[in-house]
Amino acid sequence: MSEEAPPGLVKEVVRSALRVENVDTPRNRVLAVAHTVWLHLHPTKVPRHAVRFSFTWGAGGISFLLFLVTLVTGVALMFVYRPTPEHAWLDMKRLDFDVPFGMLNRNMHRWAAHAMVIVVWVHLLRVFLTGSYKAPRQFNWVVGVGLLTLTMLLSFTGYLLPWDQLSMWAVTVGTNMAGAAPVVGHEGPFAAPGLTDGNDLRALLLGGPTVGGAALLRFYILHCIALPLALGLGCILHFWRVRRDGGISGPKGGA
Amino acid sequence: MEPLLRILRQPDNVPIVLMVPLFLGIVIYWWRAARLHDRLLAEGGEAAVRRELDGPMPEGTQDPKLHTWPFLLRIELLAALVVMVVLLVWSILLDAPLEQLADATRTPNPSKAPWYFLGLQELLVYFDPWIAGVLLPALIILGLCLIPYVDVNPAGSGFHSWRERRFAITTFFFGFFGLWLGLILVGTFCRGPGWNWFWPWEAWDRARAVELATRDWPALFGVPRGLPSSLFGGVTVAAWYGLGLAGWLWGRRRPALQRLGRSRYAIVAFLFLTMLAVPVKMALRLGFSVKYVWTTPWFNV
Repeated sequence: MSEEAPPGLVKEVVRSALRVENVDTPRNRVLAVAHTVWLHLHPTKVPRHAVRFSFTWGAGGISFLLFLVTLVTGVALMFVYRPTPEHAWLDMKRLDFDVPFGMLNRNMHRWAAHAMVIVVWVHLLRVFLTGSYKAPRQFNWVVGVGLLTLTMLLSFTGYLLPWDQLSMWAVTVGTNMAGAAPVVGHEGPFAAPGLTDGNDLRALLLGGPTVGGAALLRFYILHCIALPLALGLGCILHFWRVRRDGGISGPKGGA
Repeated sequence: MEPLLRILRQPDNVPIVLMVPLFLGIVIYWWRAARLHDRLLAEGGEAAVRRELDGPMPEGTQDPKLHTWPFLLRIELLAALVVMVVLLVWSILLDAPLEQLADATRTPNPSKAPWYFLGLQELLVYFDPWIAGVLLPALIILGLCLIPYVDVNPAGSGFHSWRERRFAITTFFFGFFGLWLGLILVGTFCRGPGWNWFWPWEAWDRARAVELATRDWPALFGVPRGLPSSLFGGVTVAAWYGLGLAGWLWGRRRPALQRLGRSRYAIVAFLFLTMLAVPVKMALRLGFSVKYVWTTPWFNV
């Protein structure tokens, strides 16, 4: 009765965690991608031009990275921040002067969000300029436009949360548009009868006729729950379709 | 120069300042790549473009593809590290703004939307809010979504090309750079109190008189107010979109329009003319003080 000796402890831990042995063979290179939940969105092999940074400028991936940064820093901010007119602005002051690394965390959240808006535009431009929306990738372009819209809505809803003069008036300017929407805005053309500034589309958005406590709570919930969920689900669809629609685009004639 | 410095010093304006060289660089890169790819395309077809993009195959390799691990993942890791370092340094050097507590009784002048919506806010000068803030944004989103379905030209997919896609790229550049980004820059650098135009080097004069004398488009031709004015304006707008119909009648036998078909052509013409109407209306306003082209009892355009 000769039982096989167990492998070394370190080796066993590594293999159980990664499912791949740390030996560089073509097979293990494939398994490293296919057997890892974080990497399996990638194909195991890619065309040579796909690894040229100048082909994509990394814009799609960097957009997603910046989304992750805003998620992590945003969750950290939520531990301190309370979305009421009495607390919100003072909590920002607390973040800036009292909470360890609060200012740095808030800065990273804001600058990552601004950068995300720009990088998403760069991604749009790159995909357009390489004609990558053409068949069979038409629908993934539509998904991408949806993600672009969500990115800007996320940025806009976050803009109100510091509850300072900049927030309040930028959001007042922005949401006034909803009051001018045709049919459903009280100042818009063909406004439905009985529509006032207290029951039109803008009031639905703000929870009242002006930007106040109700608007702060609504924007907070949209910003922290509804929109990130929608963006996350949209990303799943977007990434999945990149694979299903034939992977990264490129000129015909390759493998 | 002091107003310009004040604008540049606002932390939220940093992205706008970064955006200008970034997009300039992208356009220069695109132009060089498009010229190269167009030349290769003419010489050896798409396979030649592919060979250039793929680069030389290393000695002794048969596989035209690369392993994702490590060849793609190492680039992703490096890109992520660079982005995180840049972001961290940016966040250490520059603090996010926090102004005074929100106060519904104190309206700042000017009140500006977040920077990425300043283009739309700029449109409010030329259009009523339901057009600038609702109709045009909706058409931008809808129009973007429709691009893949109305661009029936299969050429130039997966690489840079100018020769194969002149109309598509010109239109997109006009909308993206000329209108969207251009108006954001105007809103950031050239708009002061009362949303009046101030050059970036001009001091903000809060007492500056606003030119209020505007007239409507029909009045330029002496058409009386009321019903005649409404009819004249309506005919003008109809004639504008009639250009699309005229284009179809004139060019429907051409292969490009044949391929496009009637419904796709109608969508392209409508979106294209609507986009073009934006700078036309701006020119009418700035050159002739025209407030509305078409007035009706229910809405004004």
